[in-house]
Amino acid sequence: MYAASATMNKDDFFLPHGKLNIRRLARFISLIEDNPEEAQADLAQVYCENHQALLLGITGPPGVGKSTLTDRLIAHYRSLDKKVAVIAVDASSPFTGGAILGDRIRMSSHATDAEVFIRSMGSRGNLGGLAPATMDVMNLLTSVGFDVVLIESVGVGQTEVDIMHLVDTVLLVLMPGLGDDVQALKAGMMEIADIFVINKADKPGAQQLQSEIAMLLSLRQERLAWTPPIVETVATEARGIEALTAAIAQHSEYLNSRHAEEKQRKRDHRFQRMVQQKILTLALHFLQDNQAYQQWAREASAAAVNPYAAMRDFENHIKLKWEV
Amino acid sequence: MSIQEEAARWYNQVYRKSVEKFPERKPRFSTSFGEEIAPLYYPQTESEEASRLYMEKLGFPGEYPYTRGVQPTMYRSRLWTMRQYAGFGTAAEANRRFKYLLEQGQTGLSIAFDLPTQIGYDSDHPMSDGEVGRVGVAIDTLRDMECLFEGIPLDKVSTSMTINTTASILLAMVIAVAEKQGVSPAALEGTIQNDILKEYIARGTYRFPPKPSMRLITDILAYCSKEVPKWNSISISGYHIREAGSNAVQEVAFTLADGLAYVEAAIKAGLAVDSFAPRLSFFFAAHNNLLEEVAKFRAARRLWAKIMKDRFNAGSKSQVMRFHTQTAGSTLTAQQPDNNIVRVAIQTLAAVLGGTQSLHTNSRDEALSLPAEDSVRIALRTQQIVAYESGVADTVDPLAGSYAVEHLTDLIEEKAAAYIDQIDELGGMVEAIESGYVQREIQKSSYQVQKAIESGEMVVVGLNKFQMEEEPPENIMRLDPAIQEAQIASIRIVKAERDEREVKRTLAAVRAAAASTENLMPPILAAVKAYATLGEIVDEMKAVFGEHKETIIL
Amino acid sequence: MEEKIRVLIAKPGLDGHDRGAKFIAQALRDAGMEVIYTGLRQTPASIVATAIQEDVDAIGLSILSGAHNTLLPRVAQLLKEKGAEDILLFGGGVIPAEDIPYLKEHGIKEVFTPGASSSEIIEFIRTHVRR
Repeated sequence: MYAASATMNKDDFFLPHGKLNIRRLARFISLIEDNPEEAQADLAQVYCENHQALLLGITGPPGVGKSTLTDRLIAHYRSLDKKVAVIAVDASSPFTGGAILGDRIRMSSHATDAEVFIRSMGSRGNLGGLAPATMDVMNLLTSVGFDVVLIESVGVGQTEVDIMHLVDTVLLVLMPGLGDDVQALKAGMMEIADIFVINKADKPGAQQLQSEIAMLLSLRQERLAWTPPIVETVATEARGIEALTAAIAQHSEYLNSRHAEEKQRKRDHRFQRMVQQKILTLALHFLQDNQAYQQWAREASAAAVNPYAAMRDFENHIKLKWEV
Repeated sequence: MSIQEEAARWYNQVYRKSVEKFPERKPRFSTSFGEEIAPLYYPQTESEEASRLYMEKLGFPGEYPYTRGVQPTMYRSRLWTMRQYAGFGTAAEANRRFKYLLEQGQTGLSIAFDLPTQIGYDSDHPMSDGEVGRVGVAIDTLRDMECLFEGIPLDKVSTSMTINTTASILLAMVIAVAEKQGVSPAALEGTIQNDILKEYIARGTYRFPPKPSMRLITDILAYCSKEVPKWNSISISGYHIREAGSNAVQEVAFTLADGLAYVEAAIKAGLAVDSFAPRLSFFFAAHNNLLEEVAKFRAARRLWAKIMKDRFNAGSKSQVMRFHTQTAGSTLTAQQPDNNIVRVAIQTLAAVLGGTQSLHTNSRDEALSLPAEDSVRIALRTQQIVAYESGVADTVDPLAGSYAVEHLTDLIEEKAAAYIDQIDELGGMVEAIESGYVQREIQKSSYQVQKAIESGEMVVVGLNKFQMEEEPPENIMRLDPAIQEAQIASIRIVKAERDEREVKRTLAAVRAAAASTENLMPPILAAVKAYATLGEIVDEMKAVFGEHKETIIL
Repeated sequence: MEEKIRVLIAKPGLDGHDRGAKFIAQALRDAGMEVIYTGLRQTPASIVATAIQEDVDAIGLSILSGAHNTLLPRVAQLLKEKGAEDILLFGGGVIPAEDIPYLKEHGIKEVFTPGASSSEIIEFIRTHVRR
């Protein structure tokens, strides 16, 4: 088992000749997933601000070709000699906790490229609505020097949508003939998209979809300086990739130079999520061991008690304890 | 007309004519007590309604809707072709096995190729490591094919090749070898499986993406209809779909939907339906549930006839569904392997009672390894015993009229047709496959079956019931690991002896044809004759077509 | 927090019969494991690279084409070279009993022949993964 230590630093993830120790990195990621508390101390040591890193999110309904698109993007950034990392998030079963993680199949041509690191993560459905480890893993990856971190997830659950708040540029991938209207998309997905991608654009209905998206965009209340472009691609044939990466580059420039506050806003948001997660973890950790709380929780959930009254009691109790 | 009148018409016109061309095997088929067995049994009813229903649903063998069989006399004239799939290791070894089987009474050759050959890699390619000559014969150049057919007269023996992605190349090689034997392509009889859609669904030996693969297939259909008219240019397969875990309805539905896609593609490419459809053939599995299987075959024939008539206005020769059957490999167990002989016998009965045109019976050691010679012989004997001793081949469609079988036939047809309608809604089979619909349906069924076996709800004798302690089996076929070395050496020799300029020229012509709308068969034939390797020819096409990545449905 | 068992299920070589591998992948998921399923046509090198990146606890290789004596030991050898022999390596498919000793001598911890149940495999993984 991986041994955490408070004296570790970023260099521990490198081999003598400067290459990344993939195994060490991978094992640490497992620790982050299995036991985030234990990993926190080491994460603090390892963390290294990496302003140059491109943080991309790729989301959208199942079957639109996200993984194939990711594969093409990896190839593009590799051609620029960038180190690329991918976090592919898939839904875990709410019943068994297990998951089948198959996104990396589409990226198999990069499996033996030492400068590409692909990690599959199950959403592991947890409190707070955020795949808990994703942010930590993303930070770790940028800290050890990856130039591009791509987070790919299926946009069907709240968790998966929330993940997109972690990155700087979100690609929302759609395809013609989805069946449902664009409007039926998970609430929040339209808002977070920085770039719309119509993949499988060779299928009938691409034009129609473009018009629908454009119309919805025009209805948006907020007037941001950035209007999400709509890019057409056929990922299986590597068509439209140049246009897409150009749009990504434009968005990066927008964030970095002219509208740094936008990027800062995203960073603030990420930090806030970390804090919320911390509070929640601490609180539960504390309460888990607290006898009085355990007893109260058992009694309170008994049918006879009015849950609202119980909540009020709890609030008063906490305020008393914490002297607020 | 009443049934009696129709029957009289059928006897006097259709049956008589057929018997003149294909005389029956015996002057008289009799019961043990001296009674003559009629060629066909049908309802003895005067009812108009019953007659109408009979004619609509069953009809007579050799007549629309072909429920009762594709020929008027079926096995009374000619038994099904006993065609055992074989071939492994080197072409020379396969050649020896073929000669053995032909001596033993097999009537057609069925060739298995190794995975590198099926997928388009030469034996010296890194991806071929460990795979050369394993599941079939390794063919790298025309030289190997010449060796495979040495002493086997291609004008007398019909050859079935289980080959899909590289079907064009292997067919070209057969034509080239035949030419050297002095046999014209017009005289060649055989089949290439050439069914790429099921590769994406169930079998996995695809190489190029769906669209260019469909184009290759229509090129082959067009070429054969002119140059190799007796050749079955496509064997639309349900066997693998069933083996992947589908149920009987899905087997029929997805196979016929694949067939539909090919017909539509060929018509779109400019071919007249009746110019190629008569040469389409099918390939199904024969499973354990005898009644369901017989119903399945009859339903498939009827549904295809209706589809060809109603959708494409095709002539009668195009409506006829001829098929090959293989007993279901996935039903065989590694435990108590002799039990498999019994399973295969039941499955043989199912195929024969279902009216198959040719049949491969699996050997008892199928779940362990490639079959040993005596196991293969028993499998062949199984067919021969059913043919000559069981009596089921002595009258046509004997189970017709059985309440169970007729009901199941109707049900399977109805449900398969519903699936086909659904696939139409999705935009056709290519769409349905690319979106994963077909794979998902199969997955559902497959998962259920496996769970049922594990829970014991579905009994498999010797596996989850009636088990026993067993000694590990002996006499397993072992592959000589030196085959890969030998094959690699052979490629080197061929490359050293051939005319490199001619090879380059013909390969460039293949690439040019792939990038245009020219038929690919002639340039492939030229490259094959110049002793270009299979891998070299595939690489030219790959440069234009690209490579396919699988759609995972779990 | 929970420690998830992560298993890589792969099909090495050119064999295209994935019904069994898919079933096992689903069974393992139903047993609460995270399954990295990499599909067909995997080379030993990509299997090992994937296993290390994903920090899997076990690798299950499915092969029905007869090429097991070449491909399975190759994977075991590569794991060793990369210092990852603690990853539990097992195989399944059409593998004759007489080949199993050879495979076990060459780094494959167990071979599940046709008829082995998914619960056997799950139990084996749970019992034998490094912890």
